[in-house]
Amino acid sequence: MAISREEVAHLARLSRLAVTEQELDQFAGQLDVILQSVARVGEVAADDIPPTSHSVPLTNVYRDDVPQPCLTQEEALSGAPDAFEGRFRVPRILDEEA
Amino acid sequence: MTDLTRLTAADLAAKIKSKEVSAVEVAQAHLDRIEAVDERVHAFLYVDRSGALEAAARVDKGEVTGPLAGVPVAVKDIVATKGVPTTAASRILDGWRPPYSATIVERLQAAGTVMLGKTNMDEFAMGSSTEYSAYGPTNNPWDLGRIPGGSGGGSAAALAAYEAPLAIGTDTGGSIRQPGAVTGTVGAKPTYGGTSRYGLIAFSSSLDTPGPCARTVEDAALLHAVIAGHDPRDSTSIPEPVPDVVGAARLGATGDLTGVKLGLVKEFAGDGSEPGVAAAFRESLEALVKLGAEVVEVSCPHFEYALPAYYLIAPSECSSNLARFDGVRYGLRVGDDGNRSLEEVMSLTRDEGFGPEVKRRIILGTYALSSGYYDAYYGQAQKVRTLITRDFQKAFERVDVLVSPTTPFVAFPFGSRTSDPYQMYLADLFTIPTNLYGGPAISVPCGLAEGLPVGFQVMAPTMADDRMYRVAAALESAVGTLTPPAL
Repeated sequence: MAISREEVAHLARLSRLAVTEQELDQFAGQLDVILQSVARVGEVAADDIPPTSHSVPLTNVYRDDVPQPCLTQEEALSGAPDAFEGRFRVPRILDEEA
Repeated sequence: MTDLTRLTAADLAAKIKSKEVSAVEVAQAHLDRIEAVDERVHAFLYVDRSGALEAAARVDKGEVTGPLAGVPVAVKDIVATKGVPTTAASRILDGWRPPYSATIVERLQAAGTVMLGKTNMDEFAMGSSTEYSAYGPTNNPWDLGRIPGGSGGGSAAALAAYEAPLAIGTDTGGSIRQPGAVTGTVGAKPTYGGTSRYGLIAFSSSLDTPGPCARTVEDAALLHAVIAGHDPRDSTSIPEPVPDVVGAARLGATGDLTGVKLGLVKEFAGDGSEPGVAAAFRESLEALVKLGAEVVEVSCPHFEYALPAYYLIAPSECSSNLARFDGVRYGLRVGDDGNRSLEEVMSLTRDEGFGPEVKRRIILGTYALSSGYYDAYYGQAQKVRTLITRDFQKAFERVDVLVSPTTPFVAFPFGSRTSDPYQMYLADLFTIPTNLYGGPAISVPCGLAEGLPVGFQVMAPTMADDRMYRVAAALESAVGTLTPPAL
């Protein structure tokens, strides 16, 4: 087994996915099959091969330092589930006792 | 009277320009067609009837000109369209109207095209069948019980059902080409960096490439020419002139491929293509030889590791990109009852908002990027990517283009590959190497197998997009286009 149900539960927590028990059962088996297949990359001898993160060999791409129009505050907030006084409103981020 | 929905984009543009027909008539004909058939096809997630008619009226008044003035286009729902719903076929973006448009959408508008609406897809472009759309699958116009390919199945089906003459797709691992193949339409993935990603909802940023979908090679080239070219808002956009894809398509249509060398990848030969797909591919290859092309066998020994490398790189990038869907700035928010913490609300939102394939890939990517596994998985996949790129470069020293079937199988019945995700991944076996390399590739119809379309793929070197259009147009001139049965 490449990956256990407990590991999948841990990864789901890290990924901020409140998966159900049923999803865990389903994903653990499927991810195990997928991981065993993709682990084949390890068969390739590539110790001295440089990694490719990107196919375009461009570096340090800057635009001209000229102000450009951007979204208004209203536009930026237009898709927010909850906004208040020109800001994104979020649920509490600190515990009660903090 | 001519059925305007059957015409090519090139013909429509000419007829509108000469005032033989009005842009409003053309838009109305396509909207009527959508009204008549889309209940069965479900290519569209949103039809912008009033927006289309207004845009067409502006063309008729002469307020908008451009090479494709008045020609309708359907846009994949992963592309941001200002004020027009954009969901990436996900519940998490249900009802979102972007406050800005993608660069390619601005270019479509500048070219005078008329946007009909937004097309269905696998959620966040992850899939090969549209079965992972949160809003139900698209049905293949060739057989409504079969998949239209994915992720861009809606765009391809809209073309095959004559609901639109042109469509926009995005190709991360084959999402333009495989739907093109299984619907008997043309789909081209430009060179990575040749078309702007600004305004695409990001899935895998080092691979995502928007491109044209059409019913003919020339139409695809016309659309390609309109959307391609440097964009300062995308830092991976290549600051070089766009290859003359339209000229190349027209040259290819003359049917002369004298001196063109086609590379046949040895490693693809035994790779599980259905017999009907392999037969149609061989016959097409013979047709190209009759046009003067030469076939050379080449070896790309690392292509067999492309699928595993892709399914580490793409999920890794996706797990990072999709972190932005946090229930704060846009889209869905679930469970915010005043008692739950931000983290709880975020986790509930993401579990309810994302479908199963998206969650699988986020978890897989999180795993591949974890400390302790990073070198063995993501790091190693990036090294394999280098070796695949070298395979391409070496092959292109000997041949002008590489050719293969686009996908190993014809359109499969719904439900036949969803229970085993890896079986779904195999649909992209022949398309994925190109994405890892970054070069352009096109799928062009090459015949039928068991009454269903087969696609022929032409892969070209980076920024030599014109070469693939020439070969694809030559093949089209030899085998003709495919017409699906009446809906």
